[in-house]
Amino acid sequence: MSDHDYRPKSKVGQWFNDRLPLLTLANHLTDYPTPKNLNYWWTFGGILTFCLITQIVTGLTLAMHYIAHADMAFESVEHIMRDVNYGWLIRYIHANGASMFFLAVYIHIFRSLFYGSYKSPREIIWILGIIIYLLMMAAAFMGYVLPWGQMSFWGATVITNLFSAIPLVGEGIVTWLWGGYSVDNPTLTRFFTLHYLIPFLILGLVVLHIWALHVPGNNNPVGIDIKKPSKDTVPFHPYIVIKDGFALLMFMIVFAFFVFYAPNILGHADNYIEANPMVTPAHIVPEWYLLPFYAILRSVPDKLLGVVAMLSAILILAVLPWLDTSKIRSAVFRPLYRQFYWILVADVLILGYVGAMPAEGLYLLIARVATAYYFLHFLVILPVLGFKEKTLPVPLSITEPVLGGSPNLAAARNKESKIE
Amino acid sequence: MKNLFKLFSIIIIIIASNSYSLAAEKVEYLKTDWSFKGLFGKFDRSSLQRGYQVYTEVCASCHSMKYLSYRNLAEPGGPEFSEAQAKAIAASFEVTDGPNSDGEMFTRPGKLSDKFVMPYENVKAAQAANGGAYPPDMSVLVKARGGGVDYIYSLLQGYEEAPSNVSLDDGVYYNKYMYGNKIRMAAPLTDGLVEYGDGTNASVEQMSKDVTTFLMWSAEPHLEARHQMGFKAIVYLIILTVLVYFSMKKIWSRVESEV
Repeated sequence: MSDHDYRPKSKVGQWFNDRLPLLTLANHLTDYPTPKNLNYWWTFGGILTFCLITQIVTGLTLAMHYIAHADMAFESVEHIMRDVNYGWLIRYIHANGASMFFLAVYIHIFRSLFYGSYKSPREIIWILGIIIYLLMMAAAFMGYVLPWGQMSFWGATVITNLFSAIPLVGEGIVTWLWGGYSVDNPTLTRFFTLHYLIPFLILGLVVLHIWALHVPGNNNPVGIDIKKPSKDTVPFHPYIVIKDGFALLMFMIVFAFFVFYAPNILGHADNYIEANPMVTPAHIVPEWYLLPFYAILRSVPDKLLGVVAMLSAILILAVLPWLDTSKIRSAVFRPLYRQFYWILVADVLILGYVGAMPAEGLYLLIARVATAYYFLHFLVILPVLGFKEKTLPVPLSITEPVLGGSPNLAAARNKESKIE
Repeated sequence: MKNLFKLFSIIIIIIASNSYSLAAEKVEYLKTDWSFKGLFGKFDRSSLQRGYQVYTEVCASCHSMKYLSYRNLAEPGGPEFSEAQAKAIAASFEVTDGPNSDGEMFTRPGKLSDKFVMPYENVKAAQAANGGAYPPDMSVLVKARGGGVDYIYSLLQGYEEAPSNVSLDDGVYYNKYMYGNKIRMAAPLTDGLVEYGDGTNASVEQMSKDVTTFLMWSAEPHLEARHQMGFKAIVYLIILTVLVYFSMKKIWSRVESEV
């Protein structure tokens, strides 16, 4: 990158920067050339960083008051809600923050799917993202166990029991995970430890994710490679900073609404009943953000195959850059892919819905069809589409229309604005 | 800009419809106007005080409230008994304390810092006294039931003669709002069961409303503070968003691109 020859103005700055080039890094981050046509779907990267930091800060504060013990965890959460100064605020931010985090990450992922951001040369960014997403799910699941309510306990029982599907060693693994013969105090303490650890792993991966992003630079809604810096780019600061800031504030309004006016709407009432190994809740459901995968798990009649299907549904995303054979990145210029994209969005929403319903009758049938379609999309439709689809002509640069540009551009632009 | 609004409205619609479908249980609960709902919702103090009376005279003989302390009764945002009143309430209960210097446990009148005295020593004792059913702790009961306050309010008034096709065992009652319609608790309220100090007519409906309001407070003691802070926070965020929006417009006016 051209900014590597940056030299601080002051003598002290030069002295420091020669020894540790932090000022070069700061200069790179402010000057970082960003495509100027990024739309608001691109602001979710910054929003996600905010979510991660919010979770870490509130989580640290909660950990100062929380007691990871099967007999005291539930009570300590009530202590936080009642007697810790603003404990209710910190806990509600943390609990709803998890939902907001997933909301943002799903938008971030589906933005990438629409604009083909996972394609060459951004495969590593994408794979790092998938690992972050997997860790987020692990952290969220273990976090949900910590209040030691009924859903905590039974959710932990159901999910850890999935490992028993592994042939031969399955039962042994489950006992090892539990630290005993059922979900109990040892399970709670290790979940707390891991729940504390994972966010920092995520933080490290986020640094790599952004580092890997800064090598090729951002993709953009047109999905073409652009010269950097050029007329097509703006410096990250102040242009993108202020735009991300604006979008973040909008996001925070939604966030605040949940925290202050509907703090329990995304949770399950049963989690305000203290864990009781003797009483199983009528319906054991995970948090909303895990529901699509829960639906896939339950749609397969065999336990082992169900677990395999659920894991594959996530891991298949990691090889997406090679499953999608199309050379064109942005769905703006892929009329067929665009339609399949929206069908996939609907499919995932349907999976989420049936995941919340009892696995029987019509719901089960819908779940099976939707699961089959999910895999069909990635394993058949995407590879074939790359060869069959007639794509629209792609402009040569973002500013092309301004400079007079090619005749096909107006049509393409027109299409683009319709979609957004 | 338009996209962003579209985006956020889609998010809100999805979440709202989702939560409604989850909350849509089969039964229609009885409705009443709760003073604590809405943007500026606050508790009705006198209703909370009456609710405490119902709780302590009726419910407390079986249901514990182990996360509450007597001091909570005098705290802002709650029933707001005066400190002297709360002290008198606490002192009317016998609390087991100790061991003393002789190693003996002893009883003394309650203090503000004491937790609400439990009706039974432990869960087993509670079950033994109630035909095997455990009367749930009421501290967070409202949040622990899908229908929330409407459910509790309805349940208290939902006792009926069992339909002819339903047979009930001894000590089981029919309640049209209970999950499965069978409940181990006998109808706890009858008209005029308590005598309100403020002269309010103690109808079953009135007592149900008062005690449910009290339970809402016990589950969310900081609800009023939350609503007040929420309004300020959101107004602040909206003003800041507008300011940042215009700054953004100004900054982006330097380049020929829309934002």
